[in-house]
Amino acid sequence: MDAIFLQLLNGLDKGGAYALIALGLTLVFGTLGVVNFAHGALFMLGAFCAVSFQKLLTISMKVRDESITFFEAYKEVPYLEIWFGDFGSMIIDWSVPLSILLTIPTMLLIGLAMERGLIKHFYKRTHAEQILVTFGLAIVVQEVIRHFYGANPIPTPAPDIISGSAPIGLWLGLSENLVYPWWRIIYLTFSIIIITAVFAFLQLTTFGMVVRAGMQDREMVAMLGINVERKFTIVFGMAAVVAGLAGMMYAPILPPDYHMGMDFLVLSFVVVVVGGMGSLRGAVAAGFLLGILQSFASLNEIKSILPGIDQIIIYLVAVVILLTRPRGLMGRKGVMED
Amino acid sequence: MNFTKTRSDLTVMLIFSIAVLTMPIWLAPIGAGYPDLLQKFAIFGIFAIGYNILFGLTGYLSFGHAAFLGIGSYTAVWSFKLLTMNVLPAIFFAVLMAGLFAALIGFVSLRRSGIYFSILTLAFAQMSYNLAYSVLTPITNGETGLQLTLQDARIFDGPAGEGLPSTELFGISMSGYSGFYFCAVVLIIAFFLSLKIFRSPFGMKLQAIKSNQTRMKYTGFNTRPYLMTAFIISGMYAGLAGGLMAVTDPLAGAERMQWTASGEVVLMTILGGVGTLFGPLLGVGIIKYFENIFSAVNEAALHNFFSFLPGFLENLMVTIITPFVGEGWHLTLGVLFMVIVIFLPGGIMEGLDRIKKRYKTEGASEQTGDKE
Amino acid sequence: MSNLVLNIKGVNKTFGGLQALNDVNLEIEEGKVHAIIGPNGAGKSTLLNCCIGRLIPDTGSVTFDGENIIGKQAHEINQMGMVRVFQTPEIFPDLSLLENVMIPAFAKRDGQYSFNIFKAASSEQDIIDEATRMLADLDITGDRIYEHAGSMSRGDKRRLELVMCLIQHPRLLLLDEPTAGMARHDTNRTIELMKKIKESGMTKIIIEHDMHVVFSVADTISVLAQGAIIASGTPDEIRGNPIVQEAYLGGAHL
Repeated sequence: MDAIFLQLLNGLDKGGAYALIALGLTLVFGTLGVVNFAHGALFMLGAFCAVSFQKLLTISMKVRDESITFFEAYKEVPYLEIWFGDFGSMIIDWSVPLSILLTIPTMLLIGLAMERGLIKHFYKRTHAEQILVTFGLAIVVQEVIRHFYGANPIPTPAPDIISGSAPIGLWLGLSENLVYPWWRIIYLTFSIIIITAVFAFLQLTTFGMVVRAGMQDREMVAMLGINVERKFTIVFGMAAVVAGLAGMMYAPILPPDYHMGMDFLVLSFVVVVVGGMGSLRGAVAAGFLLGILQSFASLNEIKSILPGIDQIIIYLVAVVILLTRPRGLMGRKGVMED
Repeated sequence: MNFTKTRSDLTVMLIFSIAVLTMPIWLAPIGAGYPDLLQKFAIFGIFAIGYNILFGLTGYLSFGHAAFLGIGSYTAVWSFKLLTMNVLPAIFFAVLMAGLFAALIGFVSLRRSGIYFSILTLAFAQMSYNLAYSVLTPITNGETGLQLTLQDARIFDGPAGEGLPSTELFGISMSGYSGFYFCAVVLIIAFFLSLKIFRSPFGMKLQAIKSNQTRMKYTGFNTRPYLMTAFIISGMYAGLAGGLMAVTDPLAGAERMQWTASGEVVLMTILGGVGTLFGPLLGVGIIKYFENIFSAVNEAALHNFFSFLPGFLENLMVTIITPFVGEGWHLTLGVLFMVIVIFLPGGIMEGLDRIKKRYKTEGASEQTGDKE
Repeated sequence: MSNLVLNIKGVNKTFGGLQALNDVNLEIEEGKVHAIIGPNGAGKSTLLNCCIGRLIPDTGSVTFDGENIIGKQAHEINQMGMVRVFQTPEIFPDLSLLENVMIPAFAKRDGQYSFNIFKAASSEQDIIDEATRMLADLDITGDRIYEHAGSMSRGDKRRLELVMCLIQHPRLLLLDEPTAGMARHDTNRTIELMKKIKESGMTKIIIEHDMHVVFSVADTISVLAQGAIIASGTPDEIRGNPIVQEAYLGGAHL
C-alpha cells in the first residue's frame, strides 16, 4: 500500500514535468503550427540556469583553513559567505529556488531570440523541415552546453532545510515509514501552480482568448491582423519560460546533464500525441497519466511479471492510443490532422 | 523525369562501380584512402541509400531507422557466435531480421502519416534502445555490447582455438582492404537495386504518394502496401548496413540504435539531397570524411595550424574553433544540419543543380538533376 | 431500357443535427450525362462523397454495376471503374505532366498494387504513347510533357486532372464543378473537352453551378435542394419546371 502511494506521488512528480513541457509544445504547436524538436533543449537550459546560478553564487576564494594546524591547508570559501557570513551561506543554500528570478528573464530572452531568429522563418515550411531544423538546433544547444559544463551530470541539491522528507504517512494516517522528499512535494505543487497560471492566463486575458481562438482555427489567427506575429512571439516566449522553469525546478531531482533535454523531449512528444495534438488539457492530463503509469510500471511486483515494462510503457501506451484513438485522448477534429 | 535524356542504367552502374572500387586510389590524396574509413563510407552509404528509398521517395520522415541498424548488428554477431564466422549467413540473417522488425514497426507506424508517423517511429526506436539496454541484456549484453567469446558454440566452425577468430568469406579474412572490397561490392548491388526502384513504375508511384496521397487513393492505388514495401526495403538496407558493421568489427552495442543515430542518417540524406540517387552517398562521404578529420583534431593541432598568425590572433582562432572539433564534432553537425535545412533544403544536389542552371544556355535540356 | 450504372437508393446522411441528404434516390443510365444542380449547401458534394467512399451514408444503398459500394475504400471503388475529378484540382504537383498521366494508366493496367521494379518506367512504351496522346488533346506536346505539373495554371491543372481520369477509361466519371472559378474562355475549353468525352459515350455525373455548361452537355438533370431531389428530367423539362424555378433558379433567365 505504501509503495503504491509512493509510486503515485513519484508519478505525479514526473507527470508534472511532462505536463509542463507538453503544455509548451502544444501551445507552440497549436498557435504557431510549428513542431519544435528543440523544446526539450529549453527544459535542459532551465535546469542549467539553476546550475549556473549556483555556480555564480559559489564563486570562491582560497583561504587558509584554520582548523588544520599541522600543515598549510586551504579551503575554498564563497565570497558571499565572506561578505555576508551566515546570510551569504543561506543565499547559496537557496540558490535553486532563487534562480527562478534568473530563469524567467533568461528563458524569455532565449525563447524570443529563438522565435525571431529561426522559428518565424519556418511557419510556412513543411512539418518535416520544421522537425529537421529544430532537431539541428537542439543538437547545437546541447553541444554548446556540453562544451561549457562537460558531459557529466551536475548534482544541484535543494536547500538543506528542504532536503529532508515529509512524513506524509503520518499526515494521512498511514504508516509512519511513509515519507516523501520535501522537494518533490514542492515540485508537484509548483507544477500545478504553473499549469493553473497558464490556464488562467489563457482563460482570463484577452491575449489568452486570442491564443485559444487561434488554436481552434489557425485561419482565424491569420485574420486577426497586424499583431499576430508579435502574439506568436509572446506565445513562444511563454512556452520557453514554462519549459525552463520546469527544468530548473527539476534540477535537484535529476542532476542536469547536457542530453536530458532530448530524453524529455521524446517523452513529451509522446505525451502530446497521447493527449491529442493541439489540446492543452489533453497535454496536461496525458502528462500526469503517463507519469503515473511509468511509476507504477517500475514497481518491483509489476517488473517481475513484465520485465522491462517500465522502460517502454509510455511508448506502448502511445502506440495503442494512436492506433485506437487517432486524435489522442482529447484531440479535436481538424486540429493537426494529417 | 525526362526519359529520353536519362543516361542508360548500364553506363551509370559502370561509372559508379569503377568509382567505388577505385576509392582507395582517388581518396588517398585527401587522406581518406585507408580501409577503416572506406568501410564506413560503404556501410553508411548503404544505410543512407536505403533510408532515401523511404524518405526520399515517399516523404515519410522516419526517426527510428537506427533501430534496424542495431538489429542487423546484433543478428550478425549472433550468427558469428552460434553458426559460423562466414559473413554470408550473418548478412542474410541481419537483413531478414531487420526486414521482419520493419514489417512489424511499419505495420503500426504507417497507419498514420506526417508528424504522427515520425513520432511513432521514434517511439519504437526508443523502445528498442531501452529494451536493448535493460531486459534484453541476455541477448544484447547491455552496456558492454555483444562480443565474440572463446566459449561461443559456432556449430559449423567448431569451437575457437587460440584467440578469437575473425570474420571471413570462404577463408578470406574480412579485415582491412578485403573487408572494404566486400562492403564495396555489397554497396554496388544495393545501389543497383535502388537505381532500379527509382527508375521503375514502382518508384514513380512512391513519388506520386509523396506528391499527393489523396489523389493516389482516388486513382485506384492502395497506398498502404506501397508504403509498407518502401519501409521494409529501407529497413532491410539498414539491417544490411548493421550486419556489415558487425562484419568489419564483430561487436554490437545499443548506442547504435539511439535516435541520434537515426538523426545522423536523416542528416546525411538531406545534406546530399533527399530523393536523389547520388545525394545520400555524397552526404555520407562528406559527413564521414569530416567526422574523421574533425574528431581527430585537438587544441594542440589547432595551435600548430594557426601558428603563422600573431599570438593573440592565434589564440582567438583556436578558442573559436575548439568547440567545433574533437569532442565538439556534434556541434558542427548540428550547425550543418540547420544551415542545410534553412538555406538548401534540397541539399548539395540542388546546389549543384542551381549552379548548372546558371551556366546553362537557354533552351538546353530542362532535365532536373534530382532525378538523375 | 438501358443498363443502370449507378443506383442510389434512399440515402440519408446527417452531420450533427443537419440533414445533409434526405432520402435521395438517383439512377444513372449507361452512356448518359447526368447533371446534378442545386444551390450551395444543397448536399451535392456530400452526395458525390457518398458515391466514392469518402463518406458513408447513414442509411440507404449505393450500388455500382449491381455491386454494393458502401464501406468500400476509395481505391477499390476506383478499380471498379468509378473515377472522380475534384473541385480543387488534385494532381501530382511534383511530377511531370507525362508522369501525372502515366500513374493512372498504371493503376488501370496493374491494379491497386504491383511491385514492378525490374522494368524501367521509361520502357513502358504503350503507356507513354497513350499518355502522350492524351496530353496532345490538351495541346501539350513536345518537351512540355516533361514540365512539372505544379507550375501550370489552375485551369490547366483541372483539365490535366480530367485527362488523368479519362486515361483510366472509367465506367462512370464524376465531375465536381469542372468549371468553377474559371474565366469564360477557360470554361469554353473545358466544355469542348467534355463534349468530346460525351461523344465517346462515357457515363458521367456532373455537379455544376454554371447553367451554360449544364444545358450544353447534360442529358438528364436532377435538382437537389436542402438534401432532397426535388426534380429530375431532361434539360427542357427542368427549364419549364415551376418548382425548380421557385426553389433554385429563382427567376433566372435560362
